[in-house]
Amino acid sequence: MADFTLREMMTVVASREIHDGDIVFCGTGISMLAAMAAKHISAPESIIFFETGAIDAQLEEVPMAVSDSRVMLGAAMHGSLSEAFAFMQNPNTGSKVVGILGAAQCDLYGNLNSTVIGDYANPDIRFPGSGGACDVSSFVRRTIVFMQLEKRRFVPRLDYMTSPGWLKGYTSRTAAGLSQGGPSVVITDKAVFRFDEITRKMYLDGCFPDVSRQEVLDNMGFKVDVTREKPVAPPHACELEILRSRCDPQRLILGPS
Amino acid sequence: MSLDHAISRFVHDGCHLSIGGFTVNRNPMAAVYEIIRQKKRGIHLYAHSNGQGVDELIGGGCVDRLEIAYAGNGRFAPTCVRFRKAVESGELVVEDYSNFQMSLRFTAGAMGLPFLPVKSGIESDIANQWGFKPAARRSDEKIPDLKLCIIDNPFGRWADTTRLVLVPAIEPDVSIIHAQTADSSGTVRIDGLAFTDIEQAKAARHVIVTCETIVDTRQLRKQPERNQLPFFCVDAVVHLPMGAYPTACYGHYDYDPGYLNDYRNYAQNDEHHRNYLDRYIFKTKDHAAFISLQPLHRLNKIKADPDTGYATGLNRL
Repeated sequence: MADFTLREMMTVVASREIHDGDIVFCGTGISMLAAMAAKHISAPESIIFFETGAIDAQLEEVPMAVSDSRVMLGAAMHGSLSEAFAFMQNPNTGSKVVGILGAAQCDLYGNLNSTVIGDYANPDIRFPGSGGACDVSSFVRRTIVFMQLEKRRFVPRLDYMTSPGWLKGYTSRTAAGLSQGGPSVVITDKAVFRFDEITRKMYLDGCFPDVSRQEVLDNMGFKVDVTREKPVAPPHACELEILRSRCDPQRLILGPS
Repeated sequence: MSLDHAISRFVHDGCHLSIGGFTVNRNPMAAVYEIIRQKKRGIHLYAHSNGQGVDELIGGGCVDRLEIAYAGNGRFAPTCVRFRKAVESGELVVEDYSNFQMSLRFTAGAMGLPFLPVKSGIESDIANQWGFKPAARRSDEKIPDLKLCIIDNPFGRWADTTRLVLVPAIEPDVSIIHAQTADSSGTVRIDGLAFTDIEQAKAARHVIVTCETIVDTRQLRKQPERNQLPFFCVDAVVHLPMGAYPTACYGHYDYDPGYLNDYRNYAQNDEHHRNYLDRYIFKTKDHAAFISLQPLHRLNKIKADPDTGYATGLNRL
């Protein structure tokens, strides 16, 4: 087995969720790298799309933020923020968008918190806030969620719901007036989770190599179905090679090797 | 007009201010530093996703209230440091919206509308949790009574939509943006992504534009399709090379990773941050003096490559 870091594993696992024809909404950090990896490895016809209005960015260097001038290079067009979000709100184009989001907390239905820990008016910890995350999670057909697997992050009840996922499960999302679709996968540093087609509850899809089911469950604040678990394939040597040499040679996002 | 004159004339204690740019790019930093230098207080600040400019204004003690979607600075500060400290200590009241909501709020202001509808945020705590409480809203005529409002689609199920979120217009007293190019009358040309700068400018009662280059009006009017803001929207044009530094200005210079990393470290410690303010802002008389404190080798490294618009191969660790 090739030698790899957990961040490399997470990035490659996320890149496998991206297919040709997908319009990939990227946030800051590991999500950009996953989109770059998909484009270089498995989905050359996917489209990298930033809320800042850079459409089909070519990304010769990994951006440090979605406003980085690097997102502007070779784009099909430069729009405004309003135009970028309108493409997601419009069902003709929004149905092709795959959003990649991270958060501080996630619940059983993939609802996300990236705003505060504690009381909103008097928080223990303040995070940056929604940015475009609430918009993306409200609009697009499918979201990929990145999380660190920790008990304080996988909580039965969010301190603040920044981004609506499947709300309370079943058809509650569409009944509330949100778009068809929602979170499809949660990728952590230990395991991958998906959502049941009917109940919309999160279930364990697979553990990373050398991670036990018990270790995964011990790091969660709620119970999930484990009957569908299957192993998650580690990155191939060629995936790692492209990720390291083409996507992030300075290891700005990947971190220490 | 000089920058110090423009700031003292249009930015007042307690004013409602909006600044352009997005996280690490094209923040009107020279103007931000001048506002701190002039010790403006009690500002009600608006931005959508802003990093360095918002954080420095908060750290400079200028801001009491903030309406924003995202306060982070990419890899340099995933959550803006002084912003976080001010919120956690209760010194700063924040009203959270999403990026699209903030962009539409500026657009509503630019269009002279009281609100615009959007489909994001239904059932979220952006809709349910309010930073400014109802009583405080009613007692301040510059803040709308409602943070937002959710309604049933008045057109039935038209456009496959059942519910809508109405977000109120923002009408700042003054908006400040930094552009690559303007003429002396105030017609503006932004290269690369314009973010929400143009809507922010159009929504404001007064607009200050700082720019890298001032060109002849005839030159801008050879390609009017490349211009975004007409002169009659603009109150003051200030020629300010490196006016977005240490954030980036596409086609001119990159963000300065050295400065942004140093800033984060200063910002994390109150005493270091006070020394930082003193050395870089209070003891410099203007932006040129501030820039002259930066090591020349660092400024040379961030010069934009004309082919890419950024400093290709820049070490950004």
